[in-house]
Amino acid sequence: MDLIIILQAGVASGTALLFATIGEIFAERSGVLNLGVEGMMLVGAMSAFSVAIATGNPWLGVLVAMIAAGLFSQIHAFISITLQADQVVSGLALTFLGVGISLVLGEGLSKAGAVSLLPNFSIPILSMIPIIGPIFFTNHSVLVYVGYLLIPFAWYYIYRTRPGMHLRAVGEYPAAADALGVNVYRLRYFYVFVGGVLAGLAGATISLAIAPGWFSELTTAGQGWIAIGLVIFAQWDPIRAAFGSYAFGALRRLVLDIQGPVTLLGFANPFYFNPYWGFFLQMLPYAFTIIVLIIGSREAMRKRIGAPAALGTPYVRGERGL
Amino acid sequence: MSEISSTSPGRKSVIPFRIRMEKRIKEPPPWFSSLISFIAIIFSLFLGGIVIAFVGGDPFRSYAHIARASFGNIGVISDTIVKATPIILTALACSVAFRMRLWNIGAEGQFIMGAFGATAVVLIPLLPAETSPWIFIPTMMVAGMITGGLWGFIPGYLKAKLQVNEIITTLMLNYIAIAWINFFIFAVWSEGGFPITMKFPTTAWMPRLLDYADQLPVLRGLTSHLGLLIGIGAAVVVWYIIYRSRWGYEIRLIGDNQRAAEYAGINIARNTILVMILSGALAGLGGVSEVGGVVHRLQTSPVAAGYGFTGIIVAWLAKLNPFAIVLVSILFGALILAGREIQPSGITRMIQGIILVSLIASDFLMRYQIRLYRTAEEA
Repeated sequence: MDLIIILQAGVASGTALLFATIGEIFAERSGVLNLGVEGMMLVGAMSAFSVAIATGNPWLGVLVAMIAAGLFSQIHAFISITLQADQVVSGLALTFLGVGISLVLGEGLSKAGAVSLLPNFSIPILSMIPIIGPIFFTNHSVLVYVGYLLIPFAWYYIYRTRPGMHLRAVGEYPAAADALGVNVYRLRYFYVFVGGVLAGLAGATISLAIAPGWFSELTTAGQGWIAIGLVIFAQWDPIRAAFGSYAFGALRRLVLDIQGPVTLLGFANPFYFNPYWGFFLQMLPYAFTIIVLIIGSREAMRKRIGAPAALGTPYVRGERGL
Repeated sequence: MSEISSTSPGRKSVIPFRIRMEKRIKEPPPWFSSLISFIAIIFSLFLGGIVIAFVGGDPFRSYAHIARASFGNIGVISDTIVKATPIILTALACSVAFRMRLWNIGAEGQFIMGAFGATAVVLIPLLPAETSPWIFIPTMMVAGMITGGLWGFIPGYLKAKLQVNEIITTLMLNYIAIAWINFFIFAVWSEGGFPITMKFPTTAWMPRLLDYADQLPVLRGLTSHLGLLIGIGAAVVVWYIIYRSRWGYEIRLIGDNQRAAEYAGINIARNTILVMILSGALAGLGGVSEVGGVVHRLQTSPVAAGYGFTGIIVAWLAKLNPFAIVLVSILFGALILAGREIQPSGITRMIQGIILVSLIASDFLMRYQIRLYRTAEEA
């Protein structure tokens, strides 16, 4: 078992989590909690795969996935921003709806044959760096590299640009932002859309790059929920989100790969000789999400950092709020 | 100013009307809420019909089929009730937690762990196969409530003591519960290498209507079982706790206004843990009723069939009212029973999703009224 190979696969598998997590960071930074990530990812994964099958063009699949999930997210935006419904319930409903719709429209897709996938390539020069080169820059899908670009972009956008400042203002103190002429409703709609687009991209990453195919709900297998957990761990910061996503990607790969070899670190591999222990390995990513949440909330309590102050509360102009 | 307008001021509109949403000043009459829910469901079925037509099905035939296959004769009505039984218990579980605004979406995992607890009593075995059902079934129920309650306790404790978001923890515990029972089904209790456990001895079966067919031939073939009575009993208990007990008053107060409850000296952490345990135990009881009354063995797919998630929708649709939950569960039992046969197979899941979305959206009409204004009139 080669650690480098596991880490390399982990980076690829963490890319889907990365897109979903950063997308949710944008939505939550604007004050809208969207628990529909799992549903939006499924919609994205299903539409990416079906478009790629129908047209033979995976790029078109990615594009349609992003648009579809983005539009889909607007259901949540309408219910929680305009109709001011409870964001928790509305997000849950979005996930239910996303699972249902993608099951119906994805019927029969699992039997569809091979699909042309997005290209894999290595970055010249960078891939020559020892250890880092083979893990991060060798034979990855193009989307993995898109992910690398997204991390600094999201960080810069949120902390160093004027629109980013508006984004944070709307999430922290919407009444003040409104008084300064920022359109709170429009921005919240927009960032929920951004979250949806990135969740759709995450879904497309799974169905067209990491684990190609459509396996109904098992396509995402709860990764949307892990992403929501990672947002809390990341304290709404894209760079911490990147660490979390890649670490979880590596963990997911490790769970799959550790059962293969007969010996492990020079000892007889217990997971090889007791294949049923694999069920406990399957629990690991989910158990780790809980542990990561515990760490995240302890840290937040100690450092007094928290969620965007207006997260989860609808903004009603003129009403006494935050 | 307590109104919001849909168009920004100053913009000339082509349409001579403006839609305005105004906050209701007085509470709408009690029937209004049911009417809105009813309209929301009709609207959902309409939307679902459009999607069915879109994927090449016939919506009228699909719905007629659902109605016939779930309420067509006494046999299928009994089957509908069998499907409704686990939903009653998971929806009750969700309702007590939601009442306190604790978002327990782990009823699925707690249900699975309840099924595991009941199975453990039979297969470890804690009780020999010859034990009287009068002892066997209550022991299974207690065991399932303990394991389900434990599965609720974990997120409750984390929420109360460490402020860990219960939505994510309960959801993660669902996946862990599935892996947990899979381990036992595949490795420990596997029957002949198949992913099923041995069938329970009949002493561990919940009594079914067909058991009494000797005395009353009408009951022949009816599989409704004791779980329904357990569910109705649980609904009464939940109603008593929530509406008639001091504890229930505290739960409702925390749910309505946590800060006020805190100032009134109510221990929120303690209530969080207790409510999560109660919620988990109710869902666990649902798991017991499913393995004891229907499956009669532990097997992943019929036990982890999404009853916990349906429970969330049912609890919401019933506005958290325990008796409404029983009725709504029967409707959803019908949807699930009949939905198994219509293609594509995701239709029932999708309709459930549409219903939930429409319901939440329609809730707006409880708080706001929509009025049309002539633009000219305003000027």
